[in-house]
Amino acid sequence: MNHTSSESANEHEQQLTTFTVAGLFFGIDVREVQEVLRYQEMTLVPQSGSVIAGLINLRGEIVTAIDMRRRLGLKDREDGVLPLNVVVRSDDGAISLLVDEIGDVIGVGRDSFEQPPDSIDKEQRDLLDGVYKLDGRLLLALSTAKVLDLSPTSS
Amino acid sequence: MEEQDELTKEFLIESNENLTQLDQDFVELEQRPDDKDLLSSVFRTTHTIKGTCGFLGFSTLEAIAHGAENILSQLREGERILTPALTTLLLEAFDVIREILAVIETTERESSQQYIDLRERLKAACDSNEETVSSSTGAPGDESAAELSESDGGVETPEVSAPLPVESSAVDKEQARPAAPAAKSSLAESNIRVRVDLLDNLMNLVGELVLARNQILQFSESQQDTNVTAASQRLNLITTELQANVMKTRMQPIRLVWNNFPRVVRDLGRSVGKNIELQMEGAETELDKTIIEAIKDPLTHLVRNSCDHGIESTAVRTGAGKSGKGVVLLRAYHEGGQVNIEISDDGGGIDPAKLKSKALSKGLVRTEELERMGEREILNLIFMAGFSTAEKITNVSGRGVGMDVVRTNIEKIGGSVDVQSQLGQGTTIKIKIPLTLAIIPALIVRCGTERFAIPQVSLLELVRIGVGRGQQIESISGAPVYRLRGKLLPLVYLGEILALKNDEDQSQEPSVNIVVLQTDDKTFGLVVDSVSDTAEIVVKPLSKLLKGLSWYAGATIMGDGYVALILDVMGVALRGQIMGIGHSHAHVAHDESVSEISDRQAVLIFRSGSDKRLAVPLSVVDRLEEFPVERIESSGGRKVVQYRDRILPLLALNEVLDSGAVDATDSEKVQVVVFSEGERQVGAIVDEVLDIVEDSVGVRSPSSRRGIVGSAVIDGGVTDFVDLRYLISQVDEGWIADGGRVTRVMVAEGSRFSRGVLRNYLEMAGCEVLEAADSAGVLKILRLHRVDVLLASLDLPGMDVYELMRQIRTDLGLYEMRMIALSSESKDGSSPAAEDDPFDDYQDELDRESMLQSVTQLTRAIESRQAAQVEVLTT
Repeated sequence: MNHTSSESANEHEQQLTTFTVAGLFFGIDVREVQEVLRYQEMTLVPQSGSVIAGLINLRGEIVTAIDMRRRLGLKDREDGVLPLNVVVRSDDGAISLLVDEIGDVIGVGRDSFEQPPDSIDKEQRDLLDGVYKLDGRLLLALSTAKVLDLSPTSS
Repeated sequence: MEEQDELTKEFLIESNENLTQLDQDFVELEQRPDDKDLLSSVFRTTHTIKGTCGFLGFSTLEAIAHGAENILSQLREGERILTPALTTLLLEAFDVIREILAVIETTERESSQQYIDLRERLKAACDSNEETVSSSTGAPGDESAAELSESDGGVETPEVSAPLPVESSAVDKEQARPAAPAAKSSLAESNIRVRVDLLDNLMNLVGELVLARNQILQFSESQQDTNVTAASQRLNLITTELQANVMKTRMQPIRLVWNNFPRVVRDLGRSVGKNIELQMEGAETELDKTIIEAIKDPLTHLVRNSCDHGIESTAVRTGAGKSGKGVVLLRAYHEGGQVNIEISDDGGGIDPAKLKSKALSKGLVRTEELERMGEREILNLIFMAGFSTAEKITNVSGRGVGMDVVRTNIEKIGGSVDVQSQLGQGTTIKIKIPLTLAIIPALIVRCGTERFAIPQVSLLELVRIGVGRGQQIESISGAPVYRLRGKLLPLVYLGEILALKNDEDQSQEPSVNIVVLQTDDKTFGLVVDSVSDTAEIVVKPLSKLLKGLSWYAGATIMGDGYVALILDVMGVALRGQIMGIGHSHAHVAHDESVSEISDRQAVLIFRSGSDKRLAVPLSVVDRLEEFPVERIESSGGRKVVQYRDRILPLLALNEVLDSGAVDATDSEKVQVVVFSEGERQVGAIVDEVLDIVEDSVGVRSPSSRRGIVGSAVIDGGVTDFVDLRYLISQVDEGWIADGGRVTRVMVAEGSRFSRGVLRNYLEMAGCEVLEAADSAGVLKILRLHRVDVLLASLDLPGMDVYELMRQIRTDLGLYEMRMIALSSESKDGSSPAAEDDPFDDYQDELDRESMLQSVTQLTRAIESRQAAQVEVLTT
């Protein structure tokens, strides 16, 4: 996958791997991302709830896949549209986030960082660290820890 | 600095090991205070500790060790005898040493505590003997000087023989002891110390190798190239051996867990004032390291329990004629692919009566449930949460840990725990644990489009119910069960509990596959779509995200790369709510096991007119319906009702049986019991359906009353059995194709009891029954009487059954008669395939429903053939 940085590569404080889910533009700290992959066959985990999409065999490691559409409370993907994998590392092993499209690795500066505006749904806002105001669009910075916390007391 | 840390680390590890050994030695020493070898080794160990302490600058530690060592020196020299008080003092010293070591481990230095009091007591104990000693070893002051000079070389004690770099290896203590006494284990094994995480890594890699090997094997099967197949075979062999060996490296003797116990038992015994001895058998039994960690706590609790609550006080024991010393026995051994650990005591045993009343008073179980429990189940009550039968909860074992936690912990690692006890004699707790957690043999099954793995350790057997035998699955209180060799097996449908989509319509499935599983003494059947092979799978834990799903034990990668979920048998059972069913039907299964042939039947009970209790076998009942009175019409003088696109003739049962006026509770609707015989149906109007009961149909007294076959005691009440045939004959004589002829069945069975049971059953279904006790009897009857269907037991006394059948067909020329073979095992799916097989069908003797079905089918076959013959003749 392409890992090109954007224009001014030097002064940026953070590098984010970006992807799209239901038209929304998200980013995760590149240091937490193990790899990105095209669609992988999954084994369903019956009765695991709607957020867990299934299990993937990643070079011999069993990776749990979370459907980001469900996790963010967004509409389901259309039939036949296959998601892509953003595999993140956690102390629980590798977890794959199922997204619609993969974007570039973007460098962002601290000065463009803001708190998420109220126009964003609560369900998504709770999973964000903040947003970056880029020219023309909003980059929603996801907190990996919050995304992976599926306990009932969290969002 | 680095070196110092390494030295300290080594010191800590070794000292802890030594202290554990000291505990054991001391307890032994108490039993044999004169044992010179023991004394020597104890002294040496203490000496080593003291020496190293000094070298590393831990002065408080050194002082205490020194104090202990002085006393030990006197003991070793035979200048004094070990008394219990002395032992306690010395053990206290070692405990303090442990404490200090723990502080050093975290802070790298001693605490500020000086332990003055202990040191003075040690000195006092030493001095008090000094006075009585004639040849002293010198003034304490000189002694310490002498010791100090020794301690310079303290690092080079016999323990470390070569100046190897500290972190890589240390020769085993056993080998280093100069004259290892025969009583102690004197194996001259060379050992090497390896870090645990290295071994874990190794294990993981082997696991990966196993998976890769599986994949290669799969591919190589489709290869023609012999070089490839040969190489993959070699890979296979090597991997298997590597796997076995690596697993062995992780195996440790259970002795490591048991090490502490002698001390625990000793201290406990003293604190509660009991005389208890701990015996251990099979300490060398090996377990995987992960399991060792997991059972440490449960075992400790159980041992403490035995001491605290099991063994009685010396007074009680002698009063009961037992020896004053109580014995707690630990046993470990391998059996059937599992490790068995038993903790027995010869104490007072568990009082079932006390258990019961305790359980009741704590509201843990209801009286009815208690009454249904067998002894084993009652004893297992101690594992229920919130239970403690101790009169007072001591701070020793009753700290809220509880037997339920013990059981949970053991079951978490895939083991099981069971308790047996004899009041007044003792109690034994048996634990079974699988040998390893990482790589297990499993059965692969399919359900819907998914594949699942079931650990083979829980697998009892596979049952396949053949085509058209779906009726063998019965329903008790709404729960599906299958009768397996006389016992009721609760069923769980995997597709249902996982809400899986079916590949095809389930009801069209030609055969039902049941995987019989066992968990914690509960047996149940898991219904799946199909069963594939067994495979050795590597268990991979599920992510924390999935931890709450208790019916999955993990996941694995199959040979073709497919990720399969591993089922947790206990979790599946709970999800299918088997435990409840298993419980309440425990007594049913219990009774079943007492007499293999029981005469339990499902019976429909209803009332009509003055007949307060009438019954028919449930197997002949098609449906129970309710119609509004207005829907009943008249046709040709008969009452009928339009029912499912057909006309259903109705009978008022009270008129047929002449039992007086109707007493229906509802004047607007009628209750109808629908019977069917092939295509024909008749509905009997009854006053009220009372119940469906499964009970043994016991003594039956015949009745002379028309329409009643006889009466029996069902579910505690005298009940009259309705003659179904008579009922039907009342509707329309023409309904019985053979013009009122009743199916005549001969039951050929050696056991009188079984014959009687079958006779009852068949008669109540409307057949006429003849009996024969052996082959000769069969032939005799057949020469004189016409019989429609012969039911012959495969174990019939007399000549060989097949020979008998041959004679019937050829010698007697009875080709019309249908013959059914009865066996006492369930022959699922097997039907006679051979052309010359004389039997038309095989049936399970105990499966009367199915047997009756077969009789009916065969009879109908006769009838239709005869009807066809009649047609031919008349056209």
